Amino acid sequence: MKHLITFIAFALSTHALADTIIVQSTTSTQNSGLYDYLLPILKKETGLQVNVVAVGTGQAIKNAMRCDGDVLLVHAKSAEEKFVADGYGGYRRDLMYNDFVIVGPKADPANLAGARDVIDALQRIKQAGAKFASRGDDSGTHKKERSLWQAAAIDPEAGSGQWYLETGSGMGATLNTGLGLGAYVLTDRATWISFANKQDSILLFEGEPALFNQYGVVPVNVGKCPNVNQAAAETFTQWLLSNTGQAAIGAYQVEGKQLFFPNAH
Amino acid sequence: MLRSASMPNSLLPIRINDLRLVKGNRAVLGGLDLVIEESGITVIMGPNGAGKSLLLRCLHGLITPDCGAITLGSLAVANSRDEQAMVFQHPVLLRRTVLQNLAFAAPEIAKSAPRHLVQALESVNLADRADQPARMLSGGEQQRLALARALLSKPALLILDEATASLDPASVLLIESLVKTQSAMGTKVILVSHDQGQARRLADEIVFISNGQVAEQSSAKQFFTTPQTPVAKAYLAGEILF
Amino acid sequence: MDALAEAFRLIFSLDADLFEILLLSIRVSLVALGISAVIGLPLGTYLAITKFPGRKFCTLLLNALMGMPPVVVGLMVYLLLSRSGPLGWMGLLYTPSAMIIAQVVLITPIIAALSNQVIENLYQEYSDTFYSMGVTGRRAILAYLVDARYALTTCILAGFGRAIAEVGAVIIVGGNIDHLTRVMTTAIALETSKGNLALALGLGAVLFVLSLLVNALVIGVREYAAKRQYA
Repeated sequence: MKHLITFIAFALSTHALADTIIVQSTTSTQNSGLYDYLLPILKKETGLQVNVVAVGTGQAIKNAMRCDGDVLLVHAKSAEEKFVADGYGGYRRDLMYNDFVIVGPKADPANLAGARDVIDALQRIKQAGAKFASRGDDSGTHKKERSLWQAAAIDPEAGSGQWYLETGSGMGATLNTGLGLGAYVLTDRATWISFANKQDSILLFEGEPALFNQYGVVPVNVGKCPNVNQAAAETFTQWLLSNTGQAAIGAYQVEGKQLFFPNAH
Repeated sequence: MLRSASMPNSLLPIRINDLRLVKGNRAVLGGLDLVIEESGITVIMGPNGAGKSLLLRCLHGLITPDCGAITLGSLAVANSRDEQAMVFQHPVLLRRTVLQNLAFAAPEIAKSAPRHLVQALESVNLADRADQPARMLSGGEQQRLALARALLSKPALLILDEATASLDPASVLLIESLVKTQSAMGTKVILVSHDQGQARRLADEIVFISNGQVAEQSSAKQFFTTPQTPVAKAYLAGEILF
Repeated sequence: MDALAEAFRLIFSLDADLFEILLLSIRVSLVALGISAVIGLPLGTYLAITKFPGRKFCTLLLNALMGMPPVVVGLMVYLLLSRSGPLGWMGLLYTPSAMIIAQVVLITPIIAALSNQVIENLYQEYSDTFYSMGVTGRRAILAYLVDARYALTTCILAGFGRAIAEVGAVIIVGGNIDHLTRVMTTAIALETSKGNLALALGLGAVLFVLSLLVNALVIGVREYAAKRQYA
C-alpha cells in the first residue's frame, strides 16, 4: 500500500511551477513552428516556462473563460474584444499579422486566378459547383471565412455536405481533408507555407485587405480568474510586445519566407 | 480393528430428516430420512442418479435443500462446516506449487509450523514433489494432495465423493489406507463409492440409496451377505449397472 | 518507406524529443494501468464471485463503460479539473496527472469487465472447493487474482493497449503541450495536422514496435504459464 501511494505521488508530481504559464492559443502559431522558435528565446530572456495549448481560437477563448489559461493568443479581434469587455481579459493588444489565402487544386476549376477580389473568388467557387472545405469549428479562420461568405451574399450552409464541407477540425486536418477532396480552402498564410502535405494544390488567391489576419494577445483577468499567474502572464505579454519580442517574431522564417509581421507599435 | 465408538465425535449423531430437493421437474431427493450414529466409515451406495452426491453436498452445505433438516451433533450444517472437510471426485488444485496448495488451505500452520505441511506431504508420498506445479501431477497424485489438504484441518467429518474413481491402483490403496487411519483416529468418514471392492474393504456401515430415498441401512457385513431389499440385491448382483 | 526511414532515423539518432515523448507515453500509460489494475481487478473479481441483487446491472454497466468514447471521458475529466471546475483547485489540468486520471477512467472498466469474465470461468472451477475450505471475502478475491494471474495478463494488456493508443481524452486534458504533456498519439495528431504525414506515420511505427514488444512479452509469460499448467 505504501508503495502504491509513493507511486501515485510520483505520478502526480509534475505540478505546475511558479514561473510557468499556460497560453491558450490558435493552432497556426504552433503548426507553423513559431512557438518552437520564439519560446526558447523568451525563456532565455525572462526565465519563463510557457506551456502552449493550441486548440483553435474558438475553443481557446472558451477554455480561457473557464480560467484554464493565463494568456490568450488568438486571431479574432472582435471575439477578443468581447472577451475583454466581458471581464475575462485584462486588456487586448495587437501582436502581429499575416493574411489569409485561398488554396485549391492546381487545375483551378473555378478559375480563382482570374478573380477580381475575394468576393468574386467565392462567387466563382459557388457558381462553378466546386467544393469548398470549411473549418466549421468557430475558430478565427472560420469566423473570417463566414464573414467573407456573408459579404459575398452566399449562404454556404445551404450546400453543407454537398459542395460546402465543414470538417469541424483544425486548420491542418481541414487542409488534409479538403485538399484530398480537391476542394478550395481558406487558410492563414503561415500554416500554408509550413504545411507539408500540399498534395497537388497550390495558392490560388491572395493579397487583398479583406484577407488581413490580425493576431492579438490578451492576458486573462485575475479579477475573474484568481488562479491566474498574473505576474508571469504580464511578463509574457510585455515581452511579446517589446522591441525584442517583436523583432524575434519578424525574424521567424520558413523556407525563406516571413510568416508573421509584428505590428504591436 | 481400531474403530472406537467410545471416542467422542462432536458431529455425531448425524440426523437427516425429510430431505427434499427438486431439480427441474424431478424430485432428486424425495423426503430422505437418515440417522448415522456410529463413528467409523459409512459408505453410501446406490445406482446412478439415486441422489448420493446430492446428499453429500447437502450435508456439506454446498446445496441448500428445498425442505428438510440436517443436524450434526448439536449443530446445524452452517455451524459445522469448520469441522468438516470434503474431497471431490475431480480434485481442484490451485495454480501453484504442491506445497503452496497446502499452505493456502492452512495459512496458520504454514506460518507457525511449516514442518507439518511437509509431514502431510510425506503422508501421501508427495514430499519430493513439494515445489512442482500442483496441476502437473498425475490424477492419482492430485487426489492424494487433495486428501492431504482436506486432512490439514483435522476434520471431525470427512466426506469423499467418489474420490478414487478412475485413479491408479496404488493411489487408491494409499487413499484407502489414509482414510482408515483417519477414521481410527476418530474422524467420522462418509464416502460415496461405486466400487464394491472398496466398500467391502472400508465400510463399517452401508447406506443404500435408491430414487432419492434410503432403501437400506445396515452393517457392511450384513449388507454384503444378506441384503434386505430387492434393489440392493440386484445392485450387488451387478444387474443394475451403476 | 519515407515514414519508416524517418522513424528509424529518429530512433537511431536517439532523438531526445522522440524519447521524451515516448517515455512520457509509457509512463502515463503504465501509471494509469497500475491504478486501474488496483481498482479494476478486485472489482471485476468481486462481481464475479459475489451474488447480490444488482450484480447483473453492475456487470452490464461495466461492459457499457468499456465502450465509452475517449473524447467524452476527456471532456468529463476536463470539466472536472478545469480551474473553474470542482477539482480546479488541484491545478492538475494540462499535466501528465490529468492524462493519467482520464486514462484511469477509460481503462478501469475495461480491466474490470475483462477480468470479470476471466474470474467467472475460474469461479466455476474453484467455488465448491473454496466453499469447502471456508475461503471467502477478501481472501477469496486475492486467491482468485493470484491464480488467474496469467490469464489476467490479457486484460492488463487490453488496458495498456487502449491507454497507449488513446488520443481523444489525453489531448483534451493534457493539451498536447510540448515537453510537458505531449505523448506519442498527440504528437502524431499534431504532425498530421502539420501535414507531416511521413513523420506522423513514423511515430506510428515506433508505437507499433512498442506494442509488438509488449505483446511478445505477454505471450512469453503465457507460454511459461501454460507449460506449468498455471494458465
